[in-house]
Formats: sequence, structure tokens, C-alpha cells
Amino acid sequence: MDNMKLPKEKVGDFLAKLGKEKFRVPQQMEGSSKFAPLNGESNADFTLSNTTVPPKSIFYPQTETLYRYNVGETAMEAPGEVDEMIIMGIRPCDARALSTVDKLFTWDPVDPYYKSRRDKATMVGLACQEPRTNCFCTSVGGGPASTEGLDILMTDLGDSYLFQVLTEKGEKICQEAGDILVKSDDSDVQAAEKLHNDAAQKIVRGIDSQDIPEKLPQLWESEIWKKVSDPCLGCGACTFLCPTCHCFDIQDEVEGLEGRRCRVWDSCMFKEYTLHTSGHNPRPSRRERTRNRINHKYSYFVDKFGVIACVGCGRCINLCPVNIDILNILSQVKEAL
Amino acid sequence: MKENPYQPYIATIEDTWFETVGDRAVKTFKVTLDDEEARKNWSHRPGQCAMVGRLGIGESMFCISCSPTEGDFLRFSVMRAGKNTQGLHEQEVGDKITVRGPYGNSFPLEDWKGKHILTIGGGIGQAPLRPIVEYVKANLDQYAGLTMIYGARTSGDLCFKNEFEEMAKRDDIAAHLTIDIEEEGWDYNVGFVPSMLMDVGPSPDNTIAITCGPPIMIKFVLENLKKLNFADEQIFTTLENRMKCGFGKCGRCNVGNMYVCKDGPVFSYAILKNIPEASA
Repeated sequence: MDNMKLPKEKVGDFLAKLGKEKFRVPQQMEGSSKFAPLNGESNADFTLSNTTVPPKSIFYPQTETLYRYNVGETAMEAPGEVDEMIIMGIRPCDARALSTVDKLFTWDPVDPYYKSRRDKATMVGLACQEPRTNCFCTSVGGGPASTEGLDILMTDLGDSYLFQVLTEKGEKICQEAGDILVKSDDSDVQAAEKLHNDAAQKIVRGIDSQDIPEKLPQLWESEIWKKVSDPCLGCGACTFLCPTCHCFDIQDEVEGLEGRRCRVWDSCMFKEYTLHTSGHNPRPSRRERTRNRINHKYSYFVDKFGVIACVGCGRCINLCPVNIDILNILSQVKEAL
Repeated sequence: MKENPYQPYIATIEDTWFETVGDRAVKTFKVTLDDEEARKNWSHRPGQCAMVGRLGIGESMFCISCSPTEGDFLRFSVMRAGKNTQGLHEQEVGDKITVRGPYGNSFPLEDWKGKHILTIGGGIGQAPLRPIVEYVKANLDQYAGLTMIYGARTSGDLCFKNEFEEMAKRDDIAAHLTIDIEEEGWDYNVGFVPSMLMDVGPSPDNTIAITCGPPIMIKFVLENLKKLNFADEQIFTTLENRMKCGFGKCGRCNVGNMYVCKDGPVFSYAILKNIPEASA
């Protein structure tokens, strides 16, 4: 399908035509930002870089009911089917993160909760033009205009958004939008390409990640793990707000006779995460927990699924209260051998 | 596996009894799945695990402590240790629990046909070894032999004691029971499991050794198996870790790049010795 353009003054029409209720868009909320449905008052903010809370929360909510039951009875009721969604304005790194997490959630057996939402979603990405200081997507196989995991890539051309249509799902959106979208020409694509290249040039931080997966197993007993984890408070922000972190706890919640079994985000940086009932803990201190976090992203996930489970979004650096910096840890890994 | 792997089956407790008593009592539950279709489709192999719990309380991973050769039911031997196990201990015959699984790999008992099977267990660590014993007992003509070494601190801490006493009377299998400290009226051995292993002195020829028990016991059993010239490939164990999903999603049970729930729980020492985290 040909590339199309969405004139900025028609964004409202575009949302209305496709059905406002389908959209999940970046929004400023209570001092942070996240993807949320549009309601009467809210507005999409396509000028945000990465949202504070990654869009994984759409597919894998922080708290999610697996099934409901009445205490003392045996019937269980799982939540119903989800509706179609259009995720508009997702940044390329976050789309790649979902492609990465797909590998885990569709590893036999398929996770039906995650998968059904993924199947129902059309991903309309927005190329980055102003990377943040701690962005390093280009070091881990991505880029400010990466198309992995997207159905459409949007680029802000000033007066309009260029829509580069990547999949059938993307085509369907454009067809539904009808004449709200206008035809684009080669000069638009050339302009977009220039913006993409300029953005890549603006990424100042990075690391050659190629040899990290093979180096990590050799550094199991290295002193770096104590050193890099010493300042850690164990708050878990680096994992909760990481777009590829997917670990969860399962809890029963009961109010009166109504109960639900739900899953909630969990963090490998918490002591309780691996604590056995006996009191034994295979990862007793932050040294072991930090070592696991880095190994999981840059070694174990690579062994299992062939890709690094880090997309260089920079959130764990930006949001760490004590300035622990994954690029700094990785460069110590590289220097230690 | 059900379409929604998070949703458990309902099972009814057919029989239950205490193996041991005290603050860390072990209670065994014999259960059957309520749903006929589920019962028909369920198949597990020795070494596999299941999530067992109650709606409103929670669920935890337990090894299935029976062999499929025993019949159309499941057995779990549960040590009281926390909220969920306390909740399970309160359940009696006729009560309903939840079960989902089976999870994980299993002991490769088909591949071991023609070999001598040696199990070395300590305390509740005998629970995952029991299905091997039952499976081999049921197919004894297909194996070169069966030797069991099992110990606990006191006679009161031994699980499946009656079954062992029955097996000790047989001359086609060898069952060695031991307790750590001398007791009045105790007719079997006294001493730690690793030393019992040296006293029995099994030959590594055509033998597979499977051990499970407290970490300190496993450490010395491994050392002694090496002294007896067992190769790494002849030694197996089964691991446990905290688990929530049971099928490789929730993240926490990994040892190095392996998930205990999915890549394990059964590992050969040849594999485990290369995973530094497994020693934790």
C-alpha cells in the first residue's frame, strides 16, 4: 500500500472515524505519563518521548484478574474477550520490547491473556526525533525509526504525520480512515528519512553490546556485582518500568465471599521474589539480584530466545533514584575481561 | 494442558494421612480430578510437578509423589511450612483442592531400562523419588535392579515408612533405611545418608543414581558418588525454587539460563555442575 499522510488538524477526525474508544495513546497524568484510553477530557500527547510507564501495561496490566470465584465454591470465571485496540504513538523501542516479550509469552504454553490483547492490537508507532540523553536503542539492535513490531510507522513532518504502512493490519486502519488521510509523495519519504538519520545522530550514549552475552557467564564471581549493586535501594523501579521486564506474582484476593486470583507485576530486585518458604533464599543480597537482572537481559534471554531483552529505552537509568546506570554496568562487564 | 494454563482443575481428596507429625508435619493427600474429561486427559511422568492449592488461599508447586503405574489418582506429600501448606493441612477426605499441571520434565525412566536404579533420599526429599521407586517396582523385569537408601533425623521424620518396611522384607529389591541418631526399638541402620551410601557401596556399573534431600546431604552424597566412581552423567537430582506460574512465564525459578519449572526440575549432574547458580 502507498504511504499516506495524516494532516495534524485532522488527528481528531482520525480518532473519531476509527472509534475513539479503540485508542490507547500517550497522555500526561498526575506527574508522570502513560498510555491510556481517551475519555472526554483527555488528550493524546504525541510530543512526549518515552512515557514513564511503558506501554507493556496495556498488554500485561500491573494487576490483572486471572479468574473470579466465590469462596467455598469451585466455579471459576475468567474475564471475557478483549476489544480491538489501536496503540497510537508508541515509540519504536517500546514496540521492539513487545516483540521481545512475545517470545516469552508465546513460548509453549501460550499465555492467553497477553496473546489475546496482542492479537487485537494494531501498533501505530511514532519515530523519535528528539532522543533523550540516556537513550541507547542503536546499541541493542534498534533505532529511532525501527519498524519492528509496528503496523504503521508515523513520522512527524511538521504539518502532518507520514504514515508508512508496514502490514495488512496497518492497511486496514488506513482504509477505514478513508479520505481523512491524504496521499504522500517521494519527497515526504525523503524528508522522513532525513529526520530518522538526524535522530540517530543525536543519540549520544552507547555501547558495543555484541560480546556482552558471551562475557557475562565468565564474570559470575566477579567483584563488579558487589560494586555496582552497593548503592541499590531495592526499590524495583528499574524492573517495573522496564518495557521488557515481565515477571509477575500470583495472588489470591478475597473480600467477603468474593475472590479473585490475579497476577501482579513483580521484581527480581525484591528479596521476596526468590525467598523459599523454608527461609532459604538463593539470591540473598542485592549483589545476586543485580547479577541476575543483568544476566537475564543480556545472557539468559539471549540463550533462550536469541535476542537481548533490553531495547535501550533508558528508563532504568532515568528513573533510578540512586543513579545506577545500566550502560555503566555493561561497560564494567566489558572491561572486566 | 488446558487452554488456559492458569486455571486449575478441581480435585477431591480421596484419602489423607500424616507421614510425620510436629511443627513441620508432612501430610499426604491422595486426590482425583473431579472432571471426567480432565481425568482421562491427565498424564504425568515420574519427576513432574503440579500447582496445588485452594481458591482464596493460593497455590504452591509440589512434586507428584506417585507413579502413573499406581492408578488413576494423584498423590502429594506436603510439609507444613507456610500459609498455603497450613491451609492444605486443614483439608480432610471429601474436601476440594485445586490442581494444575503436570509441569516440567521427568526422570528418563524409559532410557534407563536395563540399568540398575539407585535412589538416595533424605527427609521430604524422598517425595520426588517415590514415583521412581513405584515405577521401577511395577516394571522390575525391565531394570537390572532397584536399590533405595533413605534417611531422616529420627524415625518420626521418615516419610512412607510402612512402604519401606514392606520393601525391606523383599529379596528382589534392596531398601536401606537409616536415621541420624540411635533410637530404642529401631531395627534398621543409624548414621547419615552419605555414610550409609558408602556402607552400601554400590557399583557404578550400569547404574543410575538419583538423589534428593537437604542441600547439605546432596553435597556429601555427590562427593561420595564421585568416590564410588559414578560419572556425572550417571547422577541425577531434582531442584526446587519458588514458583508462581509453573510454565516459564513468571520468571523467578531460574537457575542460570534454565527455568526449574520447564527445563527441570530433573537435571543431571553433568548439566548442573556447569551452572554456578545451581549451587545456591
